[in-house]
Amino acid sequence: MADEKDIVICRCEDVTLSKIRELIEKGYTTPDEIKRITRAGMGPCQGRTCRDLIIREIARITGKKIEEIPMTTFRPPIRPIKLGVLAESEDDE
Amino acid sequence: MLVKTADVVVIGGGIQGCAVAYNLAKMGCKDVVLLEKDTIASGSTGRCAAGIRAQWGTEMNCRLGIASIEIFENLSEELGADIGLHQGGYLMIAYKESEFEQLKKNVKLQNSLGIKSKVISAQEAKEICPLLNTEGAVGFTFHQRDGHADPLLTTFAYAEAASRLGVKIYDFTEVIGIDLEGDRIKGVRTNRGYISTRVVVNCAGPYAKRIGEFVGVDLPIYPERHEILVTEPIERVSHPMLMSFSGNFYIQQRPHGSFIMGYGPKEHEKTHAVNSTWMFLEEMARKFVKLLPALKELRVVRQWAGSYEMSPDAQPILGEVDEVEGFYVSAGFSGHGFMFGPITGKLMAELILTGETSIPIQMLNYRRFERHELIREPAVV
Ligand SMILES: Cc1cc2nc3c(=O)[nH]c(=O)nc-3n(C[C@H](O)[C@H](O)[C@H](O)COP(=O)(O)OP(=O)(O)OC[C@H]3O[C@@H](n4cnc5c(N)ncnc54)[C@H](O)[C@@H]3O)c2cc1C
Ligand code: FES
Repeated sequence: MADEKDIVICRCEDVTLSKIRELIEKGYTTPDEIKRITRAGMGPCQGRTCRDLIIREIARITGKKIEEIPMTTFRPPIRPIKLGVLAESEDDE
Repeated sequence: MLVKTADVVVIGGGIQGCAVAYNLAKMGCKDVVLLEKDTIASGSTGRCAAGIRAQWGTEMNCRLGIASIEIFENLSEELGADIGLHQGGYLMIAYKESEFEQLKKNVKLQNSLGIKSKVISAQEAKEICPLLNTEGAVGFTFHQRDGHADPLLTTFAYAEAASRLGVKIYDFTEVIGIDLEGDRIKGVRTNRGYISTRVVVNCAGPYAKRIGEFVGVDLPIYPERHEILVTEPIERVSHPMLMSFSGNFYIQQRPHGSFIMGYGPKEHEKTHAVNSTWMFLEEMARKFVKLLPALKELRVVRQWAGSYEMSPDAQPILGEVDEVEGFYVSAGFSGHGFMFGPITGKLMAELILTGETSIPIQMLNYRRFERHELIREPAVV
């Protein structure tokens, strides 16, 4: 198995498995806290790739069930949108 | 398990609560407990734009602003963790003559208090922010030491430093009542048990009014929904916070490369709701594209909202509540409480432990509303 230092859990924000484990062990046991400290989940994919991996890791280390872990909320927009496009949309009003 | 007793119970784990708790411990108070109903920085603090400035229009805010900047400048070192400070300055833009007159007045006041802000030309504004479209603007002011810090890193840094000094922090612990003995604090009821204490500090942000109700004190603080958005990161092209009161916007590129921006809502909805709207996206995009047209290809990746914790004069309510011995308030920052956290945390700790403060804050006591001594701040978005 690869070294956990090299395993990247959040590809958008470049956060490694070892960093996530270190935080969980320090007591940061919700995805929101981990997101706030590392930015994992704040990248262009908005956590669609990394969120479940982080929750699984929290569950494993804390011994909690996945359902017991408070979820992060997905925030709009669903896909990145250009500001220029948004700015022009007043014409259709 | 909660502890059974504490010298001081701080309610709220935002920037205020964490800074108050840290400063109490730093000043030698041994037995401090901080209670947070959710997790640290889950309230307004974790949702804010985290701009920091000394360019204010009242003497009180100027004093607090510059004193806080001084603390921010050494805070990473003091707390032993990076707080993401970046001092790219605030570039204030006036679109109306009357507004520019006010900004010039503000600069005079700021200069008289040792703040090195200045009025600058459109040319100089462009040197500071080369992509800026200055069309329609009538004047600018700038202060280099203004800027931004990461609100999450800063709050966690305070919380961790406080823990190291012995502060006990309990998350997912909600205060549901406060018991009095005569007119003094006796203890705090939570969803996880009871803590006996003589001193409570109300740092509950937009929920501060509810905490006041627990002891029968009416704190005129209400939540107001404010929206904000952030873009994908790009290379560093703009350093200052761009802000305009008449233009009604603030826009800043963060050290990480993303742009963060918002404006004050017209509706001023009094609500704890933090939903986002499409209307905000469009209106914000229009303001942005007009100001920085070269960046119109930039994509929005996330939008959210948070609560401003409004007081009747948009100034914080700081200090003791004389009707209830042992009850203190540090709340009602009205949308600028992140930047004041370092200084108000310190002043509150001084007040609680010594009865005196190194900057006089008596005029921010909640009694000012009865006395009709409101302090009007002309420089807010
Ligand atoms: C969109 C937006 C942009 C902003 N931009 C800026 C800016 O650029 N610069 C700036 O300085 N400020 C800004 N602000 C304002 C700033 O966010 C607030 O003034 C500041 O965060 C207030 O900090 P606080 O600790 O008082 O409140 P909060 O961070 O809200 O903390 C209060 C805490 O108390 C907890 N709590 C509440 N009730 C209870 C209870 N009964 N028991 C236990 N815990 C409880 C809450 O869960 C919360 O975590 C902005 C705010 C918003 C919404
Ligand atoms: S992989 Fe974490 S935000 Fe995209």
